[in-house]
Amino acid sequence: MGEEGRRTPLYDEHLALGARMVDFAGWQMPVQYAGIIEEHTAVRTAAGIFDVSHMGEFRIFGPEAKAALQHVFTNDLDRIDELGSALYTVMCDEDGGIIDDLIVYHTGDIEYLIVANASNRETDWAWITSHISESVEAVDESDRTALIAVQGPEALRIVGELAGGSWVPPVRFAIGEATLDAIPVLVGRTGYTGEDGVEVFCHVSQAAAVWRMLLSFPEIAPCGLGARDTLRLEMGYPLYGSDMDRDTDPMTAGLGWVVPKAKADFIGAEVIAAVRKAGPSRKLIGMTVAEGVPRHGYPVLHGGVEVGKVASGTFSPTLGHGIATAYVPVELAAAETRLEIGIRRKVVPAVVVKPPFVKTTSLSAQKS
Amino acid sequence: MYPKDLKYDREHEWVRLDGDIATIGISDFAQDQLGEVVYVDLPSVGDIVIVGESFGEVESVKSVSELFAPVGGEVVEVNNELDDTPEAVNDDSYGDGWMVKVKVDDVSDVDALMDSVDYEAFLAEEA
Repeated sequence: MGEEGRRTPLYDEHLALGARMVDFAGWQMPVQYAGIIEEHTAVRTAAGIFDVSHMGEFRIFGPEAKAALQHVFTNDLDRIDELGSALYTVMCDEDGGIIDDLIVYHTGDIEYLIVANASNRETDWAWITSHISESVEAVDESDRTALIAVQGPEALRIVGELAGGSWVPPVRFAIGEATLDAIPVLVGRTGYTGEDGVEVFCHVSQAAAVWRMLLSFPEIAPCGLGARDTLRLEMGYPLYGSDMDRDTDPMTAGLGWVVPKAKADFIGAEVIAAVRKAGPSRKLIGMTVAEGVPRHGYPVLHGGVEVGKVASGTFSPTLGHGIATAYVPVELAAAETRLEIGIRRKVVPAVVVKPPFVKTTSLSAQKS
Repeated sequence: MYPKDLKYDREHEWVRLDGDIATIGISDFAQDQLGEVVYVDLPSVGDIVIVGESFGEVESVKSVSELFAPVGGEVVEVNNELDDTPEAVNDDSYGDGWMVKVKVDDVSDVDALMDSVDYEAFLAEEA
């Protein structure tokens, strides 16, 4: 890794589009092109594409693959026995601390594709490979895999046009194959925006061709990490490193739904079960403010006394005001609870709300 | 991008002097660096601003910047329109995006500021 940071196969595309580049987890990534709000709005109303090639992709396979991953992940892989289905999970250490949150795709009879956060790629790989038996094959495909998220109410129509008339898109939270102008890709019906859409996996050598093919649709906007963050936070989706880390267990993080009660034999199970039984003392909540923009690390107060810190905070382009998450004592976690956030020189009133902050999207419309 | 009739400081504010009234805003460079502005926090009429000290904040989705007074004096007018249309700072930084008008104590403060040629040279150096 050079001093300037690692580059995705789309680095030159970003520069050509006039992106503002920033360092993210050691990678040179676009934070914005036209502007965060403009890109955010494009995804909520039409479609946007994001280069997320910095994320890690691991392929795990063999007759013992499922049993091995059951031991490493909290969620139950029985839930994705159907070929092509996908699962959100966390992976914890023996103390129940969250090592990462990941997506697991069931891509073959005895094969799983795992997508990991860029910041945790090396940690995850070391953890997974040291906790599965040698009879299970594991391949780190990160360096040869590009990942482009296509998100928004128009995303499926556009990918469908590129894939051709006979292509049947995967259902929500599933993965399938497609050929986009002779380029073979995997298409996961997943994302981090709250909109309908897909994430397209391809070989790094073909990333620029896929990117340009998508951008040939005038309704698609290239979007940076700035809009990715505002979009995910409007949905209350947690971000590793801000909303959870090695010191947080899944129950406290509000991720009990990825730790099925009936599942016992996985790393961290005892500690997590104890927290579940006793009930966590703190809880991750959502808050809205009428003025100012709450940001990571700002103090959260109750009656002037600090009770926590902002985990994630931003300005919601859809709502037109600030939104935030924070860990607070459970007795202050109920919706409508009045708190305050210290935004530099001011203390502004905040109200606890249950995420998602934005209730209606192309995805929520589909679910109902 | 950098009107010749304005003066600029190193914190990227601009000043338009009319008699002893200075209109203050942020430069095109500053608004571009910030990105889309969502809040502008300004002083009140009657407040005193001191040269080189913070008199407010301008905030975008991704970041927040303090505003530093390029001249000292009493605030005589505040652009309250920015409460509802903060995007004017991006769209028209030298016009509708102005922030405060200050009755300048010492007009010679302005002589210490850069003209547009010097400011552009300063930006080139910073880059």
